[in-house]
Amino acid sequence: MKPTFHKLHRSTLGDLVEPGAYRDPVRIGNRSREALLEDLACMLRIRKTEEQVGTLAEQGIVKTPIHLAIGQEAIPVGLSRHLRPSDAVFGGHRSHAHYLALGGDLDGLIAEIMCRETGVASGRGGSMHLIDRARGFAGSVPLVGATIPLGVGAALALKMDGQGGVGVCYFGDGACEEGVLHESLNLARVLNAPAIFVAENNLYSSHLDIAQRQPNDRLARFAEAHDMRARTVDGNDVCAVAAAAEELVGAARAGDGPGFLEVITYRWRGHVGPDANIDVGLRRSATEVAAWKKRDPIARLASALIADGALDEAGYDVLKQQELERVNAAIAAAEGAGFPDPATLLDHVYSEGA
Amino acid sequence: MSADEMTYAEGIRRGFEWLMANDPRVFTIGQGLWSPWYVGASMTDLDKKFGKERVIDTPVSELGTTAAAVGAAIMGYRPIVIHPRMDFMVLGTDPIINQAAKWSYLFAGRSTAPITVRGIINRGGEQGAQHSQSLHSWYAHIPGLRVLMPATADDARDLLIWGTLSDDPVLYIDDRWLYEQTGVVSEVDPDVKLSDVGPKLRREGGDITLVGAGWTVKLALEAAEILAGEGIEAEIVDLRQINPIDHTLAAQSVSRTGRLVAIDGSWSNCGLSAEILAGAVERVAPANWKAAPRRITLAEAPAPAARSLEAVYYPDADGVAEAARELIHG
Ligand SMILES: Cc1ncc(C[n+]2csc(CCOP(=O)(O)OP(=O)(O)O)c2C)c(N)n1
Ligand SMILES: [Mg+2]
Repeated sequence: MKPTFHKLHRSTLGDLVEPGAYRDPVRIGNRSREALLEDLACMLRIRKTEEQVGTLAEQGIVKTPIHLAIGQEAIPVGLSRHLRPSDAVFGGHRSHAHYLALGGDLDGLIAEIMCRETGVASGRGGSMHLIDRARGFAGSVPLVGATIPLGVGAALALKMDGQGGVGVCYFGDGACEEGVLHESLNLARVLNAPAIFVAENNLYSSHLDIAQRQPNDRLARFAEAHDMRARTVDGNDVCAVAAAAEELVGAARAGDGPGFLEVITYRWRGHVGPDANIDVGLRRSATEVAAWKKRDPIARLASALIADGALDEAGYDVLKQQELERVNAAIAAAEGAGFPDPATLLDHVYSEGA
Repeated sequence: MSADEMTYAEGIRRGFEWLMANDPRVFTIGQGLWSPWYVGASMTDLDKKFGKERVIDTPVSELGTTAAAVGAAIMGYRPIVIHPRMDFMVLGTDPIINQAAKWSYLFAGRSTAPITVRGIINRGGEQGAQHSQSLHSWYAHIPGLRVLMPATADDARDLLIWGTLSDDPVLYIDDRWLYEQTGVVSEVDPDVKLSDVGPKLRREGGDITLVGAGWTVKLALEAAEILAGEGIEAEIVDLRQINPIDHTLAAQSVSRTGRLVAIDGSWSNCGLSAEILAGAVERVAPANWKAAPRRITLAEAPAPAARSLEAVYYPDADGVAEAARELIHG
């Protein structure tokens, strides 16, 4: 039986939600080939990390809940090219990619996912609590929507600092259903805070299709309701993401107000854990997942670079191998590190001690 | 399992089934109700049996959903709101505390808001500080809000039924660490009033009184087994309803044993364990105490992720048994 309110849903994203569209190599134009090769390496690092973490979870070695971003790599990579370590970026439950795209330390990430003392949160946080302040990653926490207003507050602080910094928050289509998004958009506008709202619209929240949860699948409509500059782009095209990010981040830095970046994408794995979660929503069938895999953000950039001559097949293989080896080295290092000492249980509850 | 023996999770599911089959005012709303995992298998196929109009999965909107259910309750429906974790329920807490709990009093009984909120304690497994909290003590502070904590399969079913049929707003808190527990469940008696749902003795013993609610009753039972092997007989009080709280049974028990260990899965400061101690101290004559009472609670920290820290963070049966030994042997 179909839920009644599904009949009320209208898709206005057009072919952006058609997995059959946007499969061609991305248009790289006259962008720096060197920078694009770095972007490719970074996306591969994210993918290999997520795949290996998934395997560790299957083996029972990783216990902390993992939310993998395989298929969504282009978004943080395209955006982070326009961010600085002095900006403040907040993530959520699915943030391994956000952290790595800012240049976050791979060893510290893997060790945190394995809950070791050498992790970025010293094993206190696990997969859903990442931080790397030196790179501008201000923290990720898994209460849906929680970091949206934190990004606004960081933007306000950076505005007070007067150095042109921006506050960034990543969130999903599900998080737009929390009232705090709407308060935050309004607040950012009336305070003219240099906030960048990054809405990763992967069309699902846990097991539910967006058609079961919202009357319209276009998230930028929320920004428009608050008279905010918004762009909706193909999130599996690193160049399209980078171009939109450049425009919105540039405007925010210049004091021209906040921006809302909606990126359409799809997660290849299930909501939590390593498996694919086939047949849980209205549309998420094996066919749909397979179709979206053909809209692979990594393959689309790689084939553009190969067609351009900036990369060849052999070089691409080397890149993949290099990133896999880096991830495996980080796993080996974490396996050699200890779990936190139980005697430290009460450390950091209060900064001045109990 | 025999016909009337079932798991705690199945007890919860049967509670929903009974309510939806017998009372057209009842509907249930919250996150995960159409999920293939059905809230830890505690709501499996209810949507298929009763339809998606009465078993409603929602957008990620704890505040709006909970408050809307309060509105429907004011209109005479009996909504049961599901929060798959107490941590997420914090976002929907304003309508519970500021509206539902006060509605009857505000209008001198001319209107009530008989909502049932099901908040689930779901912790461990390196989930970290925001996916682990047991916040029952917080809510039990609020006059007008009944707080129920089932410890057994039959209470899992019956407290849900009685809570939903009650004219008061109710917070029903179940615990994922109890879902596999089995117990014998009898016929549903829908006429029981929550004002008559008091604590129960889960074990008799003359040496020491252990008091808990929900999961800590299981800890107490395990500790009692350990202690029995050493010749120590523990009496166990299961509180079942922690607001309003009835201290009588625990106080009677402590008057006999002279010793009390309060066990709670939340923090100690201003928490349920403090209330248990206060209730006993106020009622048990000073001469009857053989030792100062003790509390076993969480460590005073947010939940850590790493397994090495989780192992020392959560109370366990050995810790309860050790505290009991110390009270007895000094
Ligand atoms: C306040 C709160 N409610 C519910 C949850 C459970 N939850 C975790 S992730 C998630 C889905 C979020 O979907 P979306 O925002 O689209 O992000 P995605 O998982 O697709 O990346 C839900 C419901 C939570 N963590 N926090
Ligand atoms: Mg989503």
